[in-house]
Amino acid sequence: MSNVTSLHPAGVSADHPAANGFVTMTIAGQLFGIPVLQVQDVLGPQRLTRVPLAPVEVAGSLNLRGRIVTAIDVRTRLGLPPRPVDDKGMSVVVDLNGELYSLLIDQVGEVLTLNGQDFEANPPTLDPRWRDVSRGIYRLKEQLLVVIDVAELLNLSRSAA
Amino acid sequence: MDDLLREFLTETNENLAVLDNELIKLEQNPNDPALLNTIFRTVHTIKGTCGFLGLPRLEQVAHAGENILGKFRDGILPVTPYSVTLILAALDRIKTLLAALEQNGTEPEGSDQELIAQLNAHAEGKDAPPAAAAPAPAPVAVPAAPVAAAAEPDEHGFVPVPASKTAEVAPPAAAPDEHGFVPMTAAQLASQAGVAPTVAAGPVREAAPAAESALANQSLRVNVEVLEGLMTMVSELVLCRNQMLQILRTQKDTEFAAPLQRLNHVTSDLQEQVMKTRMQPIGNAWAKLPRIIRDLSAELGKKIDLQMLGAETELDRQVLEMIKDPLTHMVRNSADHGLEGPADRIKAGKKDTGRITLNAFHEGGHIIIEIADDGRGLNTARIREKIIKNGLASEAEVKAMADAQVHQYIFKAGFSTAEKVTSVSGRGVGMDVVRTNIEKIGGAIDMKSVEGKGSTFTIKIPLTLAIVSALIVESAGERFAIPQISVVELVRAGGKNSDNVVERINGAPVLRLRNRLLPLVTLQALLKLPAAEKQEPEATIVVTQVGSQTFGIIVDRVFDTEEIVVKPVSPILRDIEMFSGNTILGDGSVIMILDPNGIAKATGKSHAEEETQVHEETRSRTAQKGDKLAMLLFRAGDDSPKAVPLSLVARLEDIDVSTIEYSSGQAVVQYRGSLMPLVPLSERVSILKEGNQPVLVFSDRERSMGLVVDEIVDIVEEHLNVQLGSERPGLMGSAIIVGKSTEVIDAGYYLTRAFKDFFGSTGSFQGHEPDRQQRVLLVDDSSFFRNMLTPLLNVSGYQVTTVESAVDALQLCQSSEAEFDVIVSDIEMPGMSGFEFVEALKKDQRWANVPVIALSSHATNIDQDRGRRAGFANHVAKFDREALLSTLSQTINSMRGAA
Repeated sequence: MSNVTSLHPAGVSADHPAANGFVTMTIAGQLFGIPVLQVQDVLGPQRLTRVPLAPVEVAGSLNLRGRIVTAIDVRTRLGLPPRPVDDKGMSVVVDLNGELYSLLIDQVGEVLTLNGQDFEANPPTLDPRWRDVSRGIYRLKEQLLVVIDVAELLNLSRSAA
Repeated sequence: MDDLLREFLTETNENLAVLDNELIKLEQNPNDPALLNTIFRTVHTIKGTCGFLGLPRLEQVAHAGENILGKFRDGILPVTPYSVTLILAALDRIKTLLAALEQNGTEPEGSDQELIAQLNAHAEGKDAPPAAAAPAPAPVAVPAAPVAAAAEPDEHGFVPVPASKTAEVAPPAAAPDEHGFVPMTAAQLASQAGVAPTVAAGPVREAAPAAESALANQSLRVNVEVLEGLMTMVSELVLCRNQMLQILRTQKDTEFAAPLQRLNHVTSDLQEQVMKTRMQPIGNAWAKLPRIIRDLSAELGKKIDLQMLGAETELDRQVLEMIKDPLTHMVRNSADHGLEGPADRIKAGKKDTGRITLNAFHEGGHIIIEIADDGRGLNTARIREKIIKNGLASEAEVKAMADAQVHQYIFKAGFSTAEKVTSVSGRGVGMDVVRTNIEKIGGAIDMKSVEGKGSTFTIKIPLTLAIVSALIVESAGERFAIPQISVVELVRAGGKNSDNVVERINGAPVLRLRNRLLPLVTLQALLKLPAAEKQEPEATIVVTQVGSQTFGIIVDRVFDTEEIVVKPVSPILRDIEMFSGNTILGDGSVIMILDPNGIAKATGKSHAEEETQVHEETRSRTAQKGDKLAMLLFRAGDDSPKAVPLSLVARLEDIDVSTIEYSSGQAVVQYRGSLMPLVPLSERVSILKEGNQPVLVFSDRERSMGLVVDEIVDIVEEHLNVQLGSERPGLMGSAIIVGKSTEVIDAGYYLTRAFKDFFGSTGSFQGHEPDRQQRVLLVDDSSFFRNMLTPLLNVSGYQVTTVESAVDALQLCQSSEAEFDVIVSDIEMPGMSGFEFVEALKKDQRWANVPVIALSSHATNIDQDRGRRAGFANHVAKFDREALLSTLSQTINSMRGAA
């Protein structure tokens, strides 16, 4: 069961009541999950300010109750095709080292508490770009959930140009 | 580490820093009793605390130092450079031990016996110091008990004396204790030693703690993080306030208006107060310098005198941190490279002691720091060689360069003409890093050097980084902010109303601006924004200055200037050089803040440019102007010529009358994004029905006012001699200009016709209501200037008293009823000059703290130095209205802050 502990955000013990809670989200039909303790906010479509000369994954900046939040388009980050024009998407706001980031995704799902027994390490055949940002896979009844490593996701220098 | 130890470390480190400087002062004033006492007490405290905390090594070293200090204090040992060096060595050892203590929580292993033995030997006079001093003057020395009078009596008046010694002396009052010490009162001991009791130990000690605690009550320690948190919250509050004001602007009648205005004022005041908590005197950055110079002069074998003026000048903590190292570097450079050794100096006819002068003062919204030395100056020839050698320019180019241009090369990376790299400097990594660091915070550094005479570096940095004034511009539909201090002016080019045209040299756009070529960049290209489909014929250009470079940024639109809270960009975006931060505007939108440095770099220009040459030329031109005043001649209402000082006029415009609108009877026109009221000079001036109307534009930061005239005639330079004329409002008097009698108008009158509060504050946080009117004494022999400045000052809220000579001013000040908050004085006056006036005035204690500002038609550096030495707090050019007002309010504020 050692691979269970690596799922939890740093500093959170396995006994924490929300330790196994994940906010689920859909991007291009694939289900993803982020540990609920890392998620600050869930937002609808936002007015974004473009940031010229920024890396291509940066969709812009937004004002969240007086704080400036950098928006990252996860589809771009994962090398997926862009969202259809009429789909405004939603955002999940996470905190990394005191900075807030807004992850642009398609749809936010429920918060699920998952069972460590259903967890598996990344299959070696997984696309390398996904493997960098994925902590592992949960086998749910009807689908597979990819656990996102937020720190890796936000490490933009690694993504392909 | 526990709190006690942490606090001990903080305090002791602070004390050691102070001690360094005190000891050096002591070297120069060996017999100053107050200094001796302070130093002794500090070391004594350190020793005591070390003993209490169980730190034996520290205690012993401190004790040995204290021994010597006690003998200094009692006059037994003379204060010689050698003995001071010994004490400094003890302090250094203590510093080393403290550093180890901080790292590990305990004292390191080791022994200080050698140092302690040296100290004790000196204390007992048993060593032969290289600079043998005369024997101590005090009538001392109990022959067999040299230690006797050294130690300070403790609180019971007892001095420890080894029992063996006392046996031969008077019968002991009690039996020796376990250390062999016999308690004796200081008086008993002293009478045996034939020494007058060292001290009225009682009363002095009582006086000192009282003075100390009075000081302690006026300030308290606050954790820096707490202040930072406070600052952040106040910034958020400011943003909220801006948003609310924005909303209020769209809703005229609401009961929120009054409370919101109140909230507005309170927020501004709060912001100002909190900003003050971040202010620290620049002396803090200079604190270590005396010690560094002392060590350097010993190491280099040079005699160096370090003068620090204006150490109490305050600036933001953050800024202070960033300039500490550059300043130290430059001072070391001066000492190492700038100053010559004593032999060379004497050969050159100078005093054998070289001088390095640091001078700090406020000017405008900046702090200016000068670092000057009277050494050998830059070896221009050697720099020229180095430039060629390093391949930075060809021989022909170097030959064509002026000296000042050549000097700029020392700011290039890796450049050093030092023949050998010393441990002090010469590695050639210095000046470029200094310049980069200073420009990073929005400052500038320049230098002047005269071979054989010395060099002066001048650093100019903004007072604070947290909240800045920024100009909001738009390009390709996106808005950006440009820090106001980098913006020189705004120019419209192309278009039917303007004479400025954008020209191209091989595709690179430039603008001809007042006999200079201004290189241009488009913001849209710089930021790779989508280009507009059709090219507008008109362009709005933001003329920006970074260091000595000036260039123009073409934008689509300019909005207005706002006070913004600078927030650092997210780490992901940090390496984009174009942006220095981002912020949230009053309407809630996020915009990026442009970094002029980044833009300058992107345009690929080098620092050593024609700019320096042009600057030199303009400087020498203004110096020659002397007391000739540039006047704008025009006609309005009738045929008689009229004039106004050109420096007061912002722009001359020809307004298309079809664009003039009328709002409640007042003529207005859209001008640079806001409405500008048009005021005819008199009822006889009527606005044309068609065509273009000449207008004189006066402006004050954001607002402009147009004075409607019939015809703009000419610009001339004349020695001005205004005869006061009739009491007609709007008219100052008449003067002979180009041989004709010309009416000189009072610009201030018309400005207040357009905006009642034209000369008042612009609503930014700089303006705050004074609790009572500030009283100004204006001293100027020219009635023209007295009349021009008085209404100006009145309207800005000052109560003005004028006198026409320095002698009158002095008489007035010496009379008992005269009370002024600030004095503004001309320099060039017949009879007693402004310099003589302020020197005489400052001799009177009553006026010691009242700032005196100098007015002059010359603004050269010579006058500024002389002025400061004479006692002027500040220096302003006569015709620079805005500078005078801002200098006045700042000078008063800084006096208030100090009070």
